[in-house]
Amino acid sequence: MHPLHSHRVLAEKIHEFWVEAPLVARKYRAGQFVIVRTHDRGERIPLTVVQADAANGRIRLIVQEAGKATALMAKFGPGDSFLDVVGPLGKPTHIENWGNLIAVCGGVGAAPLLPIVKAAAEAGNNVFAVIGARSKDLMILEDEFRAACKDVRISTDDGTYGMKGFVTDVLRKWVEEGQKFHEAIIVGPVVMMKVAAALTKDLGIPSLASLNPIMVDGTGMCGGCRVTVHGKTFFACVDGPEFDAHGVDFQELILRNQAYRDQEMRQLEHMADDECKLEAQLHGEKSHV
Amino acid sequence: MSEEVTTPKKAKRERKPREKMPEQAPEARIHNFDEVPFGYTEQQAVAEAERCIICKKPKCVDGCPVNIDIPKFIAQIRDGDFLGAARTVRSTNSLPAICGRVCPQADQCEVLCVEGIKYEPVAIGNLERFIADWELANDAIEIPAIPPPTGYRIAVVGSGPAGLTVAGDMAKLGHEVTIYEALHRPSGVLVYGIPEFRLPRSVVAKEIDYIRQLGVKFVYDVIIGVTITVDELFEQGYHAVFIGTGAGLPKMMKVPGENLVGVYSANEFLTRVNLMGASREGYDTPIRFAKHTVVVGGGNTAMDAARVSLRVSGNPVTLVYRRSMEEIPARREEIHHAVEEGIKFDLLVAPLEVIGDDKGQVKAIKCIRMGLGEPDDSGRRRPVPIEGSEFIIDCDTVIVAIGNSPNPIIPRNTPGIESSKWGTIVADEETGATSRRGVYAGGDIVSGAATVILAMGAGRKAATAMDAYVRTLPLTRRNPYGDT
Repeated sequence: MHPLHSHRVLAEKIHEFWVEAPLVARKYRAGQFVIVRTHDRGERIPLTVVQADAANGRIRLIVQEAGKATALMAKFGPGDSFLDVVGPLGKPTHIENWGNLIAVCGGVGAAPLLPIVKAAAEAGNNVFAVIGARSKDLMILEDEFRAACKDVRISTDDGTYGMKGFVTDVLRKWVEEGQKFHEAIIVGPVVMMKVAAALTKDLGIPSLASLNPIMVDGTGMCGGCRVTVHGKTFFACVDGPEFDAHGVDFQELILRNQAYRDQEMRQLEHMADDECKLEAQLHGEKSHV
Repeated sequence: MSEEVTTPKKAKRERKPREKMPEQAPEARIHNFDEVPFGYTEQQAVAEAERCIICKKPKCVDGCPVNIDIPKFIAQIRDGDFLGAARTVRSTNSLPAICGRVCPQADQCEVLCVEGIKYEPVAIGNLERFIADWELANDAIEIPAIPPPTGYRIAVVGSGPAGLTVAGDMAKLGHEVTIYEALHRPSGVLVYGIPEFRLPRSVVAKEIDYIRQLGVKFVYDVIIGVTITVDELFEQGYHAVFIGTGAGLPKMMKVPGENLVGVYSANEFLTRVNLMGASREGYDTPIRFAKHTVVVGGGNTAMDAARVSLRVSGNPVTLVYRRSMEEIPARREEIHHAVEEGIKFDLLVAPLEVIGDDKGQVKAIKCIRMGLGEPDDSGRRRPVPIEGSEFIIDCDTVIVAIGNSPNPIIPRNTPGIESSKWGTIVADEETGATSRRGVYAGGDIVSGAATVILAMGAGRKAATAMDAYVRTLPLTRRNPYGDT
């Protein structure tokens, strides 16, 4: 059992938890994730770890409500516990001193990106960040990005904050202004990653993307998280989750991530509590390109 | 006058056919996950035991990877001494109710049975299952007297058949044993892979209980090599580590389209249903309800996947295998059950490509017919594609069951442990010793994907070697791995 120490709503449908998981906290490094099961009949779902507090044996998770498991988590508060927290899974991000790193994220992708940005800054990089969101209310972690980065720029789909448009618009403009980037890291909804990776390829910036495929065990056993990179199949849980963004078949990932969409929607409709009757559009995929 | 010529012994022996185990009817069982064979009644077990001639030099025992004293326990069943028989079996096999159900007896003990040369072999597997079930049903499992604690601490990585065997054996010797399991439930492949209709969860649970009663501790949700490294286990004061992490990395076909939506590895499909309860009321893990499933492969896992898919979807399932029925590796009984249940076998067929629709979902699989050429390295005739024989099978789900590679986590994350180019851990066949002092390994992580009983056999040998090893260590030394 993994007791929750806190639960805070960061934005609509975006939740932050501090959870007791001492073994994970001790080992966690930027880029890794955990698999969580809330209850005995629940799914095993991969979640982003944003921060670890090894001294207190806690990890910080940021979760976007998407399916039943995450909608249920949204109802958990201090005193409740997650049943299983396994990890830290996946390879830690390979960080070196590239020089100028551009970190690009959209929506809740800011969560997995934050620890990478911090680690890259510690490794001596000048970190620049572009954070995208659909609207100002959905922007998360901005202050923490500002604390770790040399410069941060914002885009919103509706123009309520920062530049109106997409992260790619910001990035393109920044480069046109003469800013040099030696490496990019891209995290967010798959459509966003696809578009951003296409742009960094055009711009000749080597890029990593952190992928979020459907997973069951997270240890290489099920093969559900198969992704194609440069024409070869990899298991994101043990070979990733980060891959060369310019080789990822994002279209395939988009389709694979929708495999259970209908069932997820049905499950959500069946959730007894009216509060949790979520609508189809909250599914993360189509937001903030 | 001819009667006088025959030897009296032979004249007395009347050959009876093998007792058939009653089974759930195919038309009923395809709608449930209840176990297919019901098991022998006491009368049937005794009658079957009477078929054994109790050879002076029994060959069957040689075929058993854990050397169960087969003639002894069969004679005990024959004499109605079920308790004695149960003790005999359990003295060499910690998991008899499991082995009685999933061992390939036809290729191991029964193939060597003298009765089988001219007639039908004694149903050793069925008798093992009977006696194990009798023991469980009568709460007759005897927890052996455990010697005083030796003070030595053993870490076992993986709670599948190899790990459970090592843990049981080491606990019986008085060592303190902890099993680390990456999943949230014990038993590895026994619960995520093998479906309930072949191995009921209640049976596995009782066998795990037995191991627990021997004093073995279980820790779940911990991935050794990641959450805790092997080095850290030694730092924590373990004197020896056994690695039984199995072959859990699914092999894929390497054909175009295999990452389309609707293509599963057998592991994923079976894990969703067996471990995570997908398809069951009240469980959250999703699964596809296929209209037509094609399963690729011919082993037990392929049979399991096909029969599970049939039960989950209620729709037709076709199994394609690239060799013929002669070479198919699954247990005969599983093939027989699959055929009875209406799984369509399309043999001498190999997949070429999975074809998708505009939404990236499987809509068909393109295959080619095969002929059989000369035997290859495996001794089986090599399948050769027949040019121009390509054809299409319409389907919306494809399950790939063509084998597993060893799990890479420990070999990747543990310095000093030698592994092969196939990803298996290199370990001494007789002792399970790896290239690192104090670290032993066995089961599929060493042999590549094999059977439950072979994993248990490896566990047994490793336990003997580990016992001898730890007893050479001074108890005071916190880190026996020391400076090596």
